[in-house]
Amino acid sequence: MKFILMMTGKMADWDEYMKWSKEDLQRNVTFMRAFSRELKDSGVFVATEGLAAPGEAKIVRAGKDGEPITDGVFPESKEFLAGYWIIDVESPEQAYKIAARASTAPGPGGKPGGMPIEVRQVLSGHADLGL
Amino acid sequence: MADQVDLSIEQLLREFAPQVLSPVVRRFRDFAAAEDAVQEALIAATEQWPRDGVPANPRGWLIQVASRRMTDHIRSEVARRRREEVAAEEAERLAPPVEKAAESGEDDTLVLLFMCCHPALSRASAIALTLRAVGGLTTGEIANAFLVPEATMAQRISRAKVSIKESGIPFQLPMAEDRAQPLRAVLHVLYLIFNEGYASSAGPQLRRADLSDEAIRLTRIVYERQRDDTEVAGLLALMLLTDARSAARTGPSGELIPLAQQNRALWDRQQIAEGIALLSTALPKGAVGPYQLQAAIAAVHDEAASAEDTDWRQILALYELLKRMTDNPMIVLNHAIAAAMVYGPRKGLELLGPLDSDARLTERHRLQAVRAHLLEMAGDHEAAITHYRIAASRATSMPERDYLRMQAARLTELRSSDQ
Repeated sequence: MKFILMMTGKMADWDEYMKWSKEDLQRNVTFMRAFSRELKDSGVFVATEGLAAPGEAKIVRAGKDGEPITDGVFPESKEFLAGYWIIDVESPEQAYKIAARASTAPGPGGKPGGMPIEVRQVLSGHADLGL
Repeated sequence: MADQVDLSIEQLLREFAPQVLSPVVRRFRDFAAAEDAVQEALIAATEQWPRDGVPANPRGWLIQVASRRMTDHIRSEVARRRREEVAAEEAERLAPPVEKAAESGEDDTLVLLFMCCHPALSRASAIALTLRAVGGLTTGEIANAFLVPEATMAQRISRAKVSIKESGIPFQLPMAEDRAQPLRAVLHVLYLIFNEGYASSAGPQLRRADLSDEAIRLTRIVYERQRDDTEVAGLLALMLLTDARSAARTGPSGELIPLAQQNRALWDRQQIAEGIALLSTALPKGAVGPYQLQAAIAAVHDEAASAEDTDWRQILALYELLKRMTDNPMIVLNHAIAAAMVYGPRKGLELLGPLDSDARLTERHRLQAVRAHLLEMAGDHEAAITHYRIAASRATSMPERDYLRMQAARLTELRSSDQ
């Protein structure tokens, strides 16, 4: 069964993240690379992507004639997706375990960041939807 | 050992791909179907050759298999239109015999390239089609290289083929005097393929580096057929002189290493020598174009024993020429860097000014990154930190973002240790 593990954060978290020290940054990058490698080596990796800065995000709706209407001003409380992993595992418990490992990614000062990871099952059989 | 055999078969097949496709297109006059048939023949070869050995006439074998597939294809088409009373044998009769096509040995690789890079196609389609029809890569390999699902790439390729069919582009080489324009389009597509591989080779997906190799291989094929065109030589030289540094461009965990900090011992001297030789032959022939100039700039960097020894005056002069030739904001950006290295960072910052309002500069973070770098050179660390962060927020690749954040963090630490 497939799960998506999502890292989310508010604009303030992002601004903070951009100000990390060199060591903190290096530790975090090293952890993330090792984590992705672990997922691949254990045969559960499906995909991972990091997203561009939330400051560049736009919410788009269709106008009367279907033209795009963009909205780029968001409340401080808005949560943004920062990046995700998709994994293929045997059970929800295994997915939670992997998410917890992701949550230990080192934050400022090298301490485990305790970053919240949203875990959602990815539905299978999308072919049934005619896609 | 088995791997080695497979590898050489793969190389052989890729070399044959365009040489097999052209006679099949010529014979059956249906690019889309011929392309499918050749792909099937190539796949059949990868299955059979390692097991049964490479046939005595590999090209003939491939043409034969592809033609058989084409005949099957036409038969089934004909069967569908049985009421038109066209016998299946008609297809065989209409087309000249296989042996003749195979033996003519005509090399239509350039015609194929002109077709695949036709202006009627979007650049993304042209790239995909070139890699498949001329490069002999499978749809799966191309999809891998561009990190998109195979079905997406398959669709992109089949739409490209439909566009070719609909535009009625004839399968023939333009007269020599009409070749300049289509040849420019081909070079541009090859340049984009190279950049796609090169710019992303820092990512975790190292497979993409293959795109640079493939671009170099294809450009060599064009060069062998158009040796008198100095821009073809210029592009090949540019690719070789740039690719020569690839081993030094990334650190152990995939992080970007800028030119000035690269370990030059890791640069590929043989590739540099080849690039410089190509350029030295091309430049005196006159008609110096943008690719030759960019290659010349790459050569100046490659020839410097250390970053400090770089002849920035010469680089600046070359960028002045380039600026006059092309109206490209990336050139303006690089020109500003060269000017800063010669006349100091303030001069460079001044030259960046007009780019703020240049909507054509799609990769805006590069402008901010260069500005940050020049501000740092000028000793304005506060402003440099700000601009490194802006650049990082807008970066379009993870290694680039990490690199820019690292620069901001480095200056921040420097500032706090000064206090």
